This record gives sequence, structure tokens and C-alpha cells, in this order.
Amino acid sequence: MQAQNSVGIVTPQYVHIDKPLHLKSGAILNSYNLVYETYGKLNPTKSNAVLICHALSGSHHVAGVYTDQPKSIGWWDNMIGPDKSIDTNRFFVIGVNNLGGCHGSTGPASIDARTGRPYGASFPIVTVEDWVEAQAQLADHLGIDQFAAVGGGSLGGMQAIQWALDYPERLRHALVIAAASKLTAQNIAFNDVARQAIISDQEFYGGDYYSYDTLPRRGLRLARMLGHITYLSDDSMAIKFGRDLRSGAFSFGYDVEFEIESYLRYQGDKFADQFDANSYLLMTKALDYFDPANAYNGDLSAAFRTAKANFLVLSFTSDWRFSPERSRDIVKALLDNEANVSYAEVTSKHGHDSFLMVDRYYHQLVRAYMDKIET
Amino acid sequence: MTHITKPSNISRPDFAAIAAWINPGAKVLDLGCGDGSLLRYLNDKCGIFGYGVEIDDNNVLGCVRNGVNVIQNDLESGLSTFESDSFDYVILSQTLQAMRHTEEIVNEMLRVGKQGIVSFPNFGYWKNRAQVISGHMPVSEELPYRWFDTPNIHLCTLGDFEELCNLCGAQILERIVMNGDRQIAFLPNLIGMLAFYRFERQK
Repeated sequence: MQAQNSVGIVTPQYVHIDKPLHLKSGAILNSYNLVYETYGKLNPTKSNAVLICHALSGSHHVAGVYTDQPKSIGWWDNMIGPDKSIDTNRFFVIGVNNLGGCHGSTGPASIDARTGRPYGASFPIVTVEDWVEAQAQLADHLGIDQFAAVGGGSLGGMQAIQWALDYPERLRHALVIAAASKLTAQNIAFNDVARQAIISDQEFYGGDYYSYDTLPRRGLRLARMLGHITYLSDDSMAIKFGRDLRSGAFSFGYDVEFEIESYLRYQGDKFADQFDANSYLLMTKALDYFDPANAYNGDLSAAFRTAKANFLVLSFTSDWRFSPERSRDIVKALLDNEANVSYAEVTSKHGHDSFLMVDRYYHQLVRAYMDKIET
Repeated sequence: MTHITKPSNISRPDFAAIAAWINPGAKVLDLGCGDGSLLRYLNDKCGIFGYGVEIDDNNVLGCVRNGVNVIQNDLESGLSTFESDSFDYVILSQTLQAMRHTEEIVNEMLRVGKQGIVSFPNFGYWKNRAQVISGHMPVSEELPYRWFDTPNIHLCTLGDFEELCNLCGAQILERIVMNGDRQIAFLPNLIGMLAFYRFERQK
């Protein structure tokens, strides 16, 4: 049975890009693969394309399901589909796995043609700017000169910002959701604890664990558990788990007792089975480095001077990882540049993860905004 | 600030009066902009570039549907997102009377805008006075709420508002007083239902 308003069965596509990518770090990737999915139809004037950028653990699988895998629902399926907020009857929506990821685009687990072995630790650090550059190559491949919109939540929202700064002519709208113009010290601190958990795992082998036929599972699991705590809010955890015990009584030991422990361990285990630790390290670094104001002596308004896109900026009240204040920094920079911008603060209990949840007001806002976009 | 429903039956003359003061192509900030109808109107009539500020979710959504820029924010917390002198006009249309920090918002309007435009229901209108004399708080088209459910906590008369302008260092440039769609020149504080002021910082 097909879920209502779903784009239905989807199939990933691959593109091999031969044009060398000059990375921000100075390293060069001579060629690479990108895996992507598309939903809806590109119109004859190619003016209805929407690029969706993924966050830390996301992928190109944004909407729909894979054949014979009913549980493989795309990460933003509640937002994207026929008659949904981002309506695939009108828009041609593209999801792409970022470079350095582990879902099919070239990343640390891919085979380095020069050595015939996985890149591992030798895979270069990639930044948000590098991702945008690679995504631009995909746009060229698809013949899209200008996106109707580029959008995403969290790290995905950062990519939408970077698009507006680097390619002002190539997008008309940017949807920046639960994002920030840079990480705070606290955010970087969380990321570093996550990285240390992975790097200090004995099975990490300096990032070359593939050669040893093992995985830094425990480290990645811890990293995810920590991350997960920061994506939720105190309130949402209290509502969902409170102090509930699995067996109803204390067992006076260190095994799983509280429901929240059980939940986090489950989430950690699940993630450690699916995600590549090196990719996780890379993604957190991309987050840490993102700071478009840095090149302008910290003046974010100056950084936005080149932007031409119209912006929808959304934040969530309970998001303490990327708080509404960080979104207001972005709005302020846009106001200073007399850009078209609308900003809404969505009341939500679900913390940073709110951007992935169904919320009436949030989804209505995106729908209303998208409806106004001409194609 | 509490969310207020702006009376819609008088909106057209209200909008037209404000539009008459706005230079074409001006940069406008509309505080407590509701669903963005006024900004939409000014955009269509005067080709303005503008933003609205609004706290209520439904109104913010209305603005997005109307295709106007809106910033969801509480006016009571000031206008710190906006730079000094960054707008040609800052409008406060039928919102003043519902604000807690009345003096502060007028000061912020003077800081952010080259000119301010304020409209409010005139509490000195004779029907309001008559209802008070008869022993009741007024309920009318402009003041549709009862005393216990009204968001209008700072109602004033023409004279009262002019005193506030003086206190805040605002120089009144123009005043229009209306009753329905008619402009009132004779005994405005008695016959006028709705007052409009355009002002700037005292030089």
C-alpha cells in the first residue's frame, strides 16, 4: 500500500564528475561520484527545480520509499510529495548525498582509484562551500541554471545560505530552517566530544579501520547518543521518558534501567550499524568550520551583501542547539541588506529535531511560501 | 502585546489615508502588521518595499500568503533587529492602544524611521463618551471588545496622544481624523472615530 501523498517508489541515480574539485582545505578531488534522487518533473523552462540539502546524518533519500522496503521512508517525506508543503506536482525536487558522506557519494569508505583501497583517513576534509560547489556540478549535469529554491534544516540550512552567497544568480529562494550562521563554542564542544568518542575507540585505527575489517562501533554509538541528546529538548525527553524504568524498580547496577537509557542506546546502536564513522567526523568538521562572516571580520551583514535570493528563515522555540537567536542573526544580516526575508519562530517542544517533525504551523508556513514561488 | 483583531470594515479608508502619506518606492516598516493587508495595499498602490512585524502565528502565516515580508517578533521587546534611520516610514496602525510599552514603541519608531505614522481609535469620540456617561465602557465598531476581554489597554484621545508625542520628542507633521470614510475637521476629538498622525523627531 502506498502512503498518502507519497512520491512513491524512488530510485537513486548516480553522476560521475570528472572536473577536479578544489577544496577549501587546498586539497583536490580529481573526480568523484554523487548519488541523488529526484521527485516530480522538471518543467520545459527548467525553472521549477528545488534542491534539498541534508543535515549531519541525512542523505539523498529525502522522500518516497525504495522497492520492497516499506520502512525506507525518506527523511523529509512529511514535507515533500504531491500536494504536500513542497509540492512535487509543481516542483522538481532533488536530494543529493554530500561529498564525504556514506550513502553513495564519494566519501572515506569509497575506493581511492590511486591506491585501490578505501580513502579512510586520507579523505580530505570537506566544507559547506565544497558541498555547494559539488552540488553546482550536479545542477550543471541536470541542466539547471537556476533553482526555484534551495533549502534544508540545520546543516542543510547552512548549505542554502552558502548557495545564496556563492551563487547569487543560481537560486531565487533560500529556505533556511533551524540553522545558524556559525556554531557557538558550546556546539563545537559537543562536536568535539563526539569526535573524541570515535577517534579514541581502539577499533578506529587512525581512520583506516576498513583495512582491519572492523568498525569503531562503540565510539560512533557514543557520538550519536550525545548528539541525540542535544537534538531533543529537556521537555520533550521529560514527556516521552520522564524517569520511567524499564522493569519498574531499581536494579542497583549499571545495566539499562531508565527508559531514556534504553532509547539512547537503541538509537546509538542503530546509527552505528548504518553510518560511517569517518563520514561522521567529516560532517561535524563541516559544521564547525561554517562561518561566512569570518572572511568579513565577523560582519555577517557584509557577508550577505552578494546574496540576491529571497529568504524564508524558520526557527523552533525549544531548539537549544541552533536557537532562535541564531536564526535572528541571519535575519538581521538580511534586513541590513534590504533582502526579501520572512522569519517565523515556531512554538515546538521537540528541540532541534523539530524541523523533521510534523507541525501544523511549520508546514503551513513552508506551503504558503512555496505556493508564492513562480515556476 | 496581546493579539488584536483589526476591524476590517473600516480598513479601506484607513489604508487609503496612510497610503496618501507614503512616497512611492519608500521603505516601510509596519509594526503589528496583522495579515499583511496594509503592506500588500501599499505595495500595490505605492510600490513600497517593506517588512511587517507580527507576533501572532495566524497573522504571520497570512503575511506569507499575502506575499509580504514578515518578521515574527514581539513588539514589546523593542526593535533591536532594525538599525536606526533604516526606514522612510514606520507605521503603527491601530496597534498603539494594545501595547504595554507605549512610550517605548514611539521612541523606537522615532529611532528606526525617518517618519512615524500612527493610527488609533479615538477614545474621545462622542459615542464613547456617551457610553461612559451612561455608566459603561464603550463597545463600538472601532472598539469591538468588552472591558474584560479587550486587548486595548492604553486607549487615548487625540489630546492624549499629542501629549505623548511632545513627551517623546516627536514633531507632529500632519493629522487626519476620520469618521467612517469622511475626514473630520470640525471638533475632531468629539466627532472623529479614528485618528492618524504623521510625525518625525523634533529637530
